[in-house]
Amino acid sequence: MLNPILEIIYLVASLTFIIGLKMMGNPKTARNGNLIGAAGMTLAIFGTIFLYKDLSQVTTLVLGLIFAGIAIGTIVGWMTAKKVQMTKMPELVSLFNGMGGACAALIGLIEFHHNTGNGFGPMLCIIIGLIIGSVSFSGSIIAFLKLNGTMNKAIRLPSYNMLNNIILLITLGFGGYMLMNPLAIDGGVYILFAISLAYGVFFTIPIGGADMPVVISLLNSFTGLAAATGGFLYANQAMQTGGILVGSAGTLLTLVMCKAMNRPLSNVIFGAFGGSNAVAAERDGVAGSIKDISVSDLAVLMNYSKKVVIVPGYGLAVAQAQHVIHELENILEERGVSVKYAIHPVAGRMPGHMNVLLAEANVSYDKLVEMEEINGEFATTDVVLVVGANDVVNPAAKNDPASPIYGMPILEVENASHIVVNKRSMNAGYAGIENELFYNPKTSMLFGDAKSVLTKLVTELKTM
Amino acid sequence: MNEILSFVAENRQMLYIILLSIFVGVEIIGNVPTVLHTPLMSGANAIHGVVIVGAIIVMLNCEIENTAGLVLGFLAVILGTLNVVGGFVVTDRMLEMFKKKK
Repeated sequence: MLNPILEIIYLVASLTFIIGLKMMGNPKTARNGNLIGAAGMTLAIFGTIFLYKDLSQVTTLVLGLIFAGIAIGTIVGWMTAKKVQMTKMPELVSLFNGMGGACAALIGLIEFHHNTGNGFGPMLCIIIGLIIGSVSFSGSIIAFLKLNGTMNKAIRLPSYNMLNNIILLITLGFGGYMLMNPLAIDGGVYILFAISLAYGVFFTIPIGGADMPVVISLLNSFTGLAAATGGFLYANQAMQTGGILVGSAGTLLTLVMCKAMNRPLSNVIFGAFGGSNAVAAERDGVAGSIKDISVSDLAVLMNYSKKVVIVPGYGLAVAQAQHVIHELENILEERGVSVKYAIHPVAGRMPGHMNVLLAEANVSYDKLVEMEEINGEFATTDVVLVVGANDVVNPAAKNDPASPIYGMPILEVENASHIVVNKRSMNAGYAGIENELFYNPKTSMLFGDAKSVLTKLVTELKTM
Repeated sequence: MNEILSFVAENRQMLYIILLSIFVGVEIIGNVPTVLHTPLMSGANAIHGVVIVGAIIVMLNCEIENTAGLVLGFLAVILGTLNVVGGFVVTDRMLEMFKKKK
């Protein structure tokens, strides 16, 4: 029924999705994997436009609209993705994910009225696609706003878990009703759309900013599922393969990311850090006092060290100090000081965030050391410089069962000889808790914006 | 019960595809280094942009009198394209770090 060439195109596209995604799992082949997937996608898109239907039956208007739509989407998408700062990448992923979800939802909306007489199968695809696509859309937009900083606090209504579950039941219930009685309610499909959108919002809003990457990964797989339902509706192999692939790969990736944070998925979705609605245990205030260190003292300390480890965190990204820190690394290395970067799996706002940030500054890939490996080296490290990182070096994760971050593996910087922490102020980090590392006798605080502090440090070192 | 059995029998191939695709998806993610989690998520994001093919099909099938359908379909095409183009470009930028060294 379908043009045989188009069938082959869809087969090729499906292959490129699988092979491309596989290649993206390996640093050596990752970039090419992305390109291969893009090539397959382009083939599928234009193949569909020209070969899906006899072109003589398609009006110029429709063809024009399709090309116009693609042109607009390409220009806006390309410009946005190219121009935006590296640190904004995570929220962009969420935004584009939302676009895909919205697309799937719209397809459901449009196809609903064409398919009311077509039986259970098609209607099931449409309803599921509509619900999942809408949830993914609104959820992704909320995630975008949270990562953007526009929506800062986790808005937690009382008994929000109960509330969310009720809304979920309503959504599914209404969806089921629409499935059985498509024409019973006038405009029912639009109501379902609205309810699903609402659920997406309620689902994402209570989740804390640090858990966003996990949620984005989950919403990513949702959009994949939505795409798959479209594939079943149209018996389209490319959509089916792409959709299911992303649905399952995305789900597994979500679970893997949870494991890296040592928090089960249920915890992320249904609970605040480490507990249900319970407020984080109030601590009496950590005993002890903090020590200051001046930039010139630190310069001396580092200059005469043999081994320095830098722990980058979100503060480095915010201050956009990645280039300066590379300069610091270079100067120290010139003086015979070995410099490495300790990368915690959830440092920053996304796994790999620090890697991307430092790569932008041309820091060599082999200087970045994963947590398990570097933890064994802190005992022989002279100076650890913590820049804008907080929770990932908080010993409470090991020592304090009442702490919201208890159980999360951390960078064990307290084993080093000297620890210097650079922060803007004594304000709490993302998890909102005290950090007893700061009161450790071996620790000194260096307050100030990362970029200006590091620049001064580099200048000092240059004069030595 | 009978309905389920006949459903399975009739849609055998589709069920094979679903099961195999799920396995492929799971296999792909095994043994991925942490540093690649985010680019991989971005790449997967781009691939589910294949939903745009559905939007195109909707438009191709749309009657010219159906203004609402045309408008929504047009919007869907834009959104789908944003997902695809934005997705692949963002992924490419994230993967730039692997350009020079290895």
